[in-house]
Amino acid sequence: MTAETEPTEEARTVTTTCYMCACRCGIRVHLQGGQIRYIDGNPDHPVNKGVLCAKGSAGVMQHLSPARLTAPLKRVGPRGSGEFVTISWDEALETVTERLRHIRATDPRRLALYTGRDQSQALTGWWASQFGTPNYAAHGGFCSVNMAAAGLYTFGGSFWEFGEPDWEHSNYFLLFGVAEDHGSNPLKIGLSRLKARGAKIVSINPIRTGYSAIADEWLGIRPGTDGLLVASLIRELLRAQAIDKDALTQTSNAAWLVIDAPGAADDGLIARDEAGHPLTLDAAGKVGRAFDPDRTPVLGGTATLADGRRAVPSFQLMAARFLDDRYDPETVSAETGIEAATIRRIAAELAAAAFSSQLELPIPWTDWRGVRHETMIGRPVSMHAMRGVSAHSNGFHTCRLIHLLQMLLGTIDAPGGFRYKPPYPKPAPPMVKPAGKPAGVVPNWPLTGPPLGFPTGPEDLLVEKDGTPCRLDKAYSWEAPLAAHGLMHLVIRNAWAGDPYPIDTLFMFMANMSWNSSMALGETMRMLTDKDDATGEHRIPFIVYSDAYASEMVAYADLVLPDTTYLERHDCISLLDRPISDADGAADSIRRPVVPVERDVRPFQDVLIEIGARIGLPGLVREDGSPRYPGLYPDYIVNHERAPGQGLLAGWRGRDAECEALGPPNPNQLEAYMANGCFWRTEIPSEARYFKHVNQAYLDWATGMGFIARPEPVIHQLYTESLQRFRLAASGHGPIQPPDAHRQRIETYFDPLPFWYPPFEAAALGSLEFPLHALTQRPMAMYHSWGSQNAWLRQIHGENRLYVSRARAEAQGIADDDWVRLTSHHGTITAQVRLMEGVNPDTVWTWNAIGKRSGAWNLAPDAAEATRGFLMNHLISDLLPPKAGGYRYANADPVTGQAAWYDLKVRMEKVAAPDAMLPALGLPPGLAQRPGKLGYGGWFAKKKVPA
Amino acid sequence: MTTLPTPGAVRLGLVIDLDICVGCHACAVNCKEWNTGGNAGPLSDYQPYEAQPDGVWFNRVHSYEVGDGPAGQTVHFPRSCLHCDNAECVTVCPTGASLKRAEDGIVLINEDVCIGCKLCSWACPYGAREFDEDVGVMRKCTLCVDRIYDEARPEAERVPACVSTCPASARHFGDLGDPASDVSRMVADREGMALMPELGYRPTNRYLPPRAKGSGCSAHAKSPALEPVMPEGTGFLGWLDRLLSA
Repeated sequence: MTAETEPTEEARTVTTTCYMCACRCGIRVHLQGGQIRYIDGNPDHPVNKGVLCAKGSAGVMQHLSPARLTAPLKRVGPRGSGEFVTISWDEALETVTERLRHIRATDPRRLALYTGRDQSQALTGWWASQFGTPNYAAHGGFCSVNMAAAGLYTFGGSFWEFGEPDWEHSNYFLLFGVAEDHGSNPLKIGLSRLKARGAKIVSINPIRTGYSAIADEWLGIRPGTDGLLVASLIRELLRAQAIDKDALTQTSNAAWLVIDAPGAADDGLIARDEAGHPLTLDAAGKVGRAFDPDRTPVLGGTATLADGRRAVPSFQLMAARFLDDRYDPETVSAETGIEAATIRRIAAELAAAAFSSQLELPIPWTDWRGVRHETMIGRPVSMHAMRGVSAHSNGFHTCRLIHLLQMLLGTIDAPGGFRYKPPYPKPAPPMVKPAGKPAGVVPNWPLTGPPLGFPTGPEDLLVEKDGTPCRLDKAYSWEAPLAAHGLMHLVIRNAWAGDPYPIDTLFMFMANMSWNSSMALGETMRMLTDKDDATGEHRIPFIVYSDAYASEMVAYADLVLPDTTYLERHDCISLLDRPISDADGAADSIRRPVVPVERDVRPFQDVLIEIGARIGLPGLVREDGSPRYPGLYPDYIVNHERAPGQGLLAGWRGRDAECEALGPPNPNQLEAYMANGCFWRTEIPSEARYFKHVNQAYLDWATGMGFIARPEPVIHQLYTESLQRFRLAASGHGPIQPPDAHRQRIETYFDPLPFWYPPFEAAALGSLEFPLHALTQRPMAMYHSWGSQNAWLRQIHGENRLYVSRARAEAQGIADDDWVRLTSHHGTITAQVRLMEGVNPDTVWTWNAIGKRSGAWNLAPDAAEATRGFLMNHLISDLLPPKAGGYRYANADPVTGQAAWYDLKVRMEKVAAPDAMLPALGLPPGLAQRPGKLGYGGWFAKKKVPA
Repeated sequence: MTTLPTPGAVRLGLVIDLDICVGCHACAVNCKEWNTGGNAGPLSDYQPYEAQPDGVWFNRVHSYEVGDGPAGQTVHFPRSCLHCDNAECVTVCPTGASLKRAEDGIVLINEDVCIGCKLCSWACPYGAREFDEDVGVMRKCTLCVDRIYDEARPEAERVPACVSTCPASARHFGDLGDPASDVSRMVADREGMALMPELGYRPTNRYLPPRAKGSGCSAHAKSPALEPVMPEGTGFLGWLDRLLSA
């Protein structure tokens, strides 16, 4: 702890941005005598409006954690032992620089840079690209890329950072599978607003905690069947024709004609005229250009194209699919665990809420075709979904199903519905393509673009001629073609196996990959330490890790670059990365140092920029070889331009702060942010706040801001033609062909219309041997592994139990506090049981990442987190059970490669005692003594008698 | 023993809405953070990084399940001092350290005269008092007496830390002695409850009960059933014709 000295009287308040989770709330840090007296929410901040969650309020304990690293570390014992010596920054930086310089000059792919829960991807992705390695990603691949990709390919947006419910007008809210810490304060603020107005909240979640507990109605669905429920709701709405035909016709590709020519190279593609314009059929049976103001397209019928072939509107294909009895509520009831009558009732409630609403905002607006509308007509049904939907092997299509439901109800960016947050909507999908094709990876040369992007056909994949993946994580290969966030969860296995090629250095930041962020945990730890028998060298030759704390991953690094805490650093929450905008305005923000660094640690981003400059990366040095950003990250934030006039921060640009969004760098930009609570926000013009995808005023404004390249509408993709292009390749068309082994899989899952299929693990194993679903969720008061070192938060969640439905437990003779063994097809663990009522009877669950490796985080080796805490990660395989022929696909979504954490199936048996713990990790040198007691802040009080 | 004052007109307290409390612990942690450095602090933590961490909290959140299976409810219940009118924690105090203020009804501890005998915590049926083993005095919620009267604060922020930080706006602060106050009206409208009134301590704080849940809980429950538009015997094409002609 900081010395308990009498502080001086000087008191001041400093604003910055929280980093106790990914929510990025504005905070005020109240200092007294240079020490942190209190942290509260900034009332002026657009994200949290003055409120602050448990994590944010415990920030001072995170900042003062005895697990803070204090100096760079070099491994001296075996990997995984935690034996290190402290070294100087000069030695650390020179070690990395020398290694990376050699890699870059020989084969840049041999550097894999993966940055975990990074909030500086606008820097780190660009850095990787300057280095010239395609092997870069952050944690999205094991978080929610299904959600992001499905949304971006479907309607140019998604939930959370991309959009939010219209809290002010929504009357009906469907909440799917939400981790309780995601978007946490905005969601709570929003739920409260809905409640105050009497809107109905329906939570679809196997577990009744948190938000589900306050919902008006809780549907305890079977995990992995949300898509089936949604498909059934779609069926009921279609049968009753309770759909928004106008919205579908005018803002989606529902009327676009799809070529019906089985076997042809363009079967299933959109029929277009010679200029490339999509075609539609009109009531007179004529074929013409879509969105021609003089034509009225129809959603059904058969068109004859100029070449004599047939085509039908995509809507008709969609309707035929969902009117099928497969999605009859009676049929899906057993699989979902939701009664048929409930499904019908919810469908009726959705229809009534959307179409019987009187909501009409008196705001005239003009659409992209020039048609003026006197009012904005509401469809006050909103939805929100998160990892519970996303982290399944059917997550991409399930997310697509939710978006289809939104489209049919006409709720996307309608008053009362889901609303885009700028810079979204973007074209569906965004136009950036991943760089890293073989010809573009050249020694001592940058990539031709960013490593992550959005393929729209096989030609955008990163594969060799024979189909071999170009990236270490196999993102954008035939195994995960739309892996828009990369696949961090596959990096360690592939690096270990040298599949598709060996690497030299694995450089990671803020990702606890030897513990709660990896599947197949036992194997992962072995792979990190494994040596090549022939050479005696590690199979992953060199591991560099940056973290502020003595996490489990530290022990597996060869070199540790200690980061600062969030109160000691600059950061930038950029519109180029994951912005903090809201539906009424664009916003970005910064962090700034609040207290001085008193350890020999440096911000990771500073270090990355310095290493880049030492290597001589083109964007980081001037022509004379001197560093381009001698002021490191703050210098970069202010002065780096991604395109002329476009930098990391949008506020107060221009030499005299005269520009917004676009403009030359302003040397005083950070000062301007600090004077404004460390954020910038600008309002969308009032006539541009709804129907943004087709609202001319919005499209013009967004173009002016640099959010989109041209003021063109974002047409909703009810039918996703990009997917069909992959499918055509799988059936033999085109020059870029999948390996035969993958054809069937591509053909099945690249369906341009969404559908539901059972999660892979359950489908492969059947339900007899492993009858239970096993889930984790994150508690609201804890963020990943980072919270357990926190003296206050670990008093709330210091150990985790396995929650089991009372009926299920009693049937197996299991009582509260009993120990049980959970066994999956991959592994086994023991856990202590807590019975509960509000859980799907075929589901067991626990809080995520509470379990700790003994010795990590400078907790006592016998901390409850280690002795009673447990991780499901030991049970979850990173690979699916072998197919015929032995090939094992990743335990992931076949479209995006998203890790399917929640597909886990287990069996449960009562046992007498828990298994032995893993051996304790050694403590890195330089950590503070763990204090035996805390009385934090006792020295601040001036007067002890309140009365 | 310590006597209670003649009750005044002003009865400051909290109204906690159990219908919207999501059980996030924000109130508990922000309270601890504010008060550990405040006049009623520190709020000691013992063995904070060891096997059994423990500490002093003015406010704790408990989650309960009520009723069986899907028809039951999960209720999140924040628990802190209720600032009772008939505060036996005060009357049992041998030194006058435990006191109730006449001017606003807040129950406080004067730690300079607290001898740490714990009689008050035994007297409190709500478990609202926590003994600070390290300092040797009793601790409890002060209703953030060092915030609510602090004129250096903007008026909107002169509320207890737990109220200010609550992300769901489930916590409200005001004068429950004034029937026209917002909090009193809220209690009247939502049938706010006192905790265990049968014990006779006459708590000031009120809890707003969770509203009815389930299929029939809202105006939407009356939504008319959807009628299929499937003309007999015409199948998909008949359905499509209907759609096109509608």
